[in-house]
Amino acid sequence: MSTVAHDHAPGYGHGESAHHPSGITRWLTTTNHKDIGTMYLWFSFTMFLVGGTMAMIIRAELFQPGLQVVEPEFFNSMTTLHGLIMVFGAIMPAAVGFANWQIPMMIGAPDMAFARMNNWSFWLLPPAAILLMASLFVPGGAAAGGWTMYPPLTVQAGMGMDLTIFAIHILGASSIMGSINIITTILNMRAPGMALMKMPLFCWTWLITAYLLIAVMPVLAGAVTMLLTDRHFGTSFFNAAGGGDPVLFQHVFWFFGHPEVYIIILPAFGIISQIIPTFSRKPLFGYASMVYATAGIAILSFIVWAHHMFTTGMPTSGLLFFMYATMLIAVPTGVKVFNWIATMWRGSMTFETPMLFAIGFLFLFTLGGFTGLVLAIMPVDVQAQDTYYVVAHFHYVMVAGSLFAFFGGAYYWIPKWSGTMYNETLGKVHFWSSMISFNVTFFPMHFLGLAGMPRRIPDYAQQFADWNMVASIGAFWFGATQLLFLWSMVRCAMGSGAKAPARPWEGADTLEWTLPSPAPYHTFETPPSV
Amino acid sequence: MARIHLDSAVAYAGAALGGAWAGAALAAREWNLQTPVTPIARQMYDLHLFIFWVCVVIFVAVFGVMFYSIFKHRKSVGHEAHQFHENTTVEVIWTVIPFLILLFMAFPATKTILAMKDTSAPDLTIKVTGYQWKWSYDYLQDGFGFYSSLATPLAQIENRAPKGEHYLLEVDNPMVVPVDTKVRLLITAGDVLHAWWMPAFGVKQDAIPGFVRDAWFRAETIGVYRGQCAELCGKEHGFMPIVVEVRGKDDYAKWVVEQKQKAAIPEASQ
Repeated sequence: MSTVAHDHAPGYGHGESAHHPSGITRWLTTTNHKDIGTMYLWFSFTMFLVGGTMAMIIRAELFQPGLQVVEPEFFNSMTTLHGLIMVFGAIMPAAVGFANWQIPMMIGAPDMAFARMNNWSFWLLPPAAILLMASLFVPGGAAAGGWTMYPPLTVQAGMGMDLTIFAIHILGASSIMGSINIITTILNMRAPGMALMKMPLFCWTWLITAYLLIAVMPVLAGAVTMLLTDRHFGTSFFNAAGGGDPVLFQHVFWFFGHPEVYIIILPAFGIISQIIPTFSRKPLFGYASMVYATAGIAILSFIVWAHHMFTTGMPTSGLLFFMYATMLIAVPTGVKVFNWIATMWRGSMTFETPMLFAIGFLFLFTLGGFTGLVLAIMPVDVQAQDTYYVVAHFHYVMVAGSLFAFFGGAYYWIPKWSGTMYNETLGKVHFWSSMISFNVTFFPMHFLGLAGMPRRIPDYAQQFADWNMVASIGAFWFGATQLLFLWSMVRCAMGSGAKAPARPWEGADTLEWTLPSPAPYHTFETPPSV
Repeated sequence: MARIHLDSAVAYAGAALGGAWAGAALAAREWNLQTPVTPIARQMYDLHLFIFWVCVVIFVAVFGVMFYSIFKHRKSVGHEAHQFHENTTVEVIWTVIPFLILLFMAFPATKTILAMKDTSAPDLTIKVTGYQWKWSYDYLQDGFGFYSSLATPLAQIENRAPKGEHYLLEVDNPMVVPVDTKVRLLITAGDVLHAWWMPAFGVKQDAIPGFVRDAWFRAETIGVYRGQCAELCGKEHGFMPIVVEVRGKDDYAKWVVEQKQKAAIPEASQ
């Protein structure tokens, strides 16, 4: 195996202590943060392709008015599973994969604090994914009530819903364990001299993300457990006839759901905060205010959840409170965007693939932020709620936001991970093709939503036909483009390409770049001096 | 429907989506919110445009700076990096200014919210119930009601017949209301969540089984208006449209008499 070479990296004696089984046993039993990081990232990309295939089915059905490709119920299963798989299977595990690889190397720690629990956190994911996928083949089909799982519709559903609930329980347990690990590692295992306020910003954003996860994953588990007992054990949490309230579920779900969107975006902010200074050859502007802004966003995320529920019929005071609180989020988010641009200002920039994805992120995430502000204005939200405008909004912040940041991070760190440089031309083609096709797909959705097209419908009125066709063409193009990323990464993993130096980026100054490339199996067994 | 709002069209053109759809009919492409026919919907429309333009101005300013920097401060033109990384004054300014801009946005939005929540003193009250997958309308003061279901034939949905002008947006029995009248809707559901949405009226209210929520509108223009259920409610969520006919007051009175007669016949025969 190619790893033999990794274990005995020249000039790095610690590699001699790398004993591990070979073949599948290595991956099943590994407690090494690098192996586990690699598994998280491959798992995430696999789920990204699965969820992406579902998106292709959705866009194929919506290519033209009328029902052509799938039945409405299956269409609903596709939108539901696409959402669940992308959020819980693709984006969150990718962020944990980056954390596993990078946090120990960036703070000068030998590994994660709880190495065996780390293994367990990862190996919980495949069973959860299998439950979700298996639900497609049970009587009644997969869950079809949307990724938000609002009752009473989800109380009516077949056993696919139960499998989904169990999958969410397992994924939540995995996330909580991962978060405990990250918090403990960061708080206890920093190299001497690595004060909290000297940590790379990626570690800060993950530290805050991990606290968010620990706070809200149990809330989601509670919500779906109540759903489960309503379905099978005669409780009436969400059933008005038994004294419950369907809207209660929405409150509990979004108390989890809104911090969740920051769980998805904060690690991406961290990656961008590493990439932009490197390629601007300047330190990050306003480091302290970046930390405070991240914490501010995290705290505000707990008091804005009901903006997802503006049309449920809340009292006026509730509407006003949640509108004002939501609008406030624009302030710390704005600070971050301004800081990134100030970091670029008067730098000496180069535009390798990671930097291109970072700039693409900055540009499109901000656009998604503006539509978020539009949606925060409650009277406008009345028109846009549950339409394609919302679909456009959250794909701008999740795809052009988180996903682009993760692509940038992968190109940025792959030389360190694999010891091989990626192909720059391939990377640039991947970026520009993604950038253009993304906008062809999602920009027209703003128009569709404003014009009155509801989301989650398999068929639509004639006036929505043109933009839907444009969006579908863009989606097929975007989907095909992602195979370039796969090719790019497989080339690196197989060692085909230029050999990477220890520090391939002139402006990079964090600890991982002091290690050889590829990073030896064990690193920083003796803490570095910072 | 062919009307394109030029102002927003120009701004959105920045999206530069190429000419992929250049040959298609203009009528089939919408850019902005539907033409409002109630005072509240008009406020929403204006509010959206206001916020939209504020965002456009900020976007152009912020990314103008970024692209200037990208073109001027690059290594390939020999620019040296300046190693500054803090400036408290600048950081305070760009925290305070967005906050002030938000205040300017919050003020008109608050006024609209207060107006839309005032459902008091209606001239007419209609109870709206969402079912899988149709609506029912009960005219409480006049003692009649009816179901309203999709009128588009299955053959059109399954592509066996050409699609009509109001494909998926047509019903057998539309809700009928008089013009210039404050209509209060009592909205609920019989099974799962639905949402009653009429874009031209600026009304979207979730229909919640076991609970009654209210909303109101005062339509100012006679005509037929179309909307859809806006909360996922199962496999035919996309097939339960909402149609409201706004009639002149005399026309409406005649329609009410007809409906009362229809409602009376089955009772008399029992």
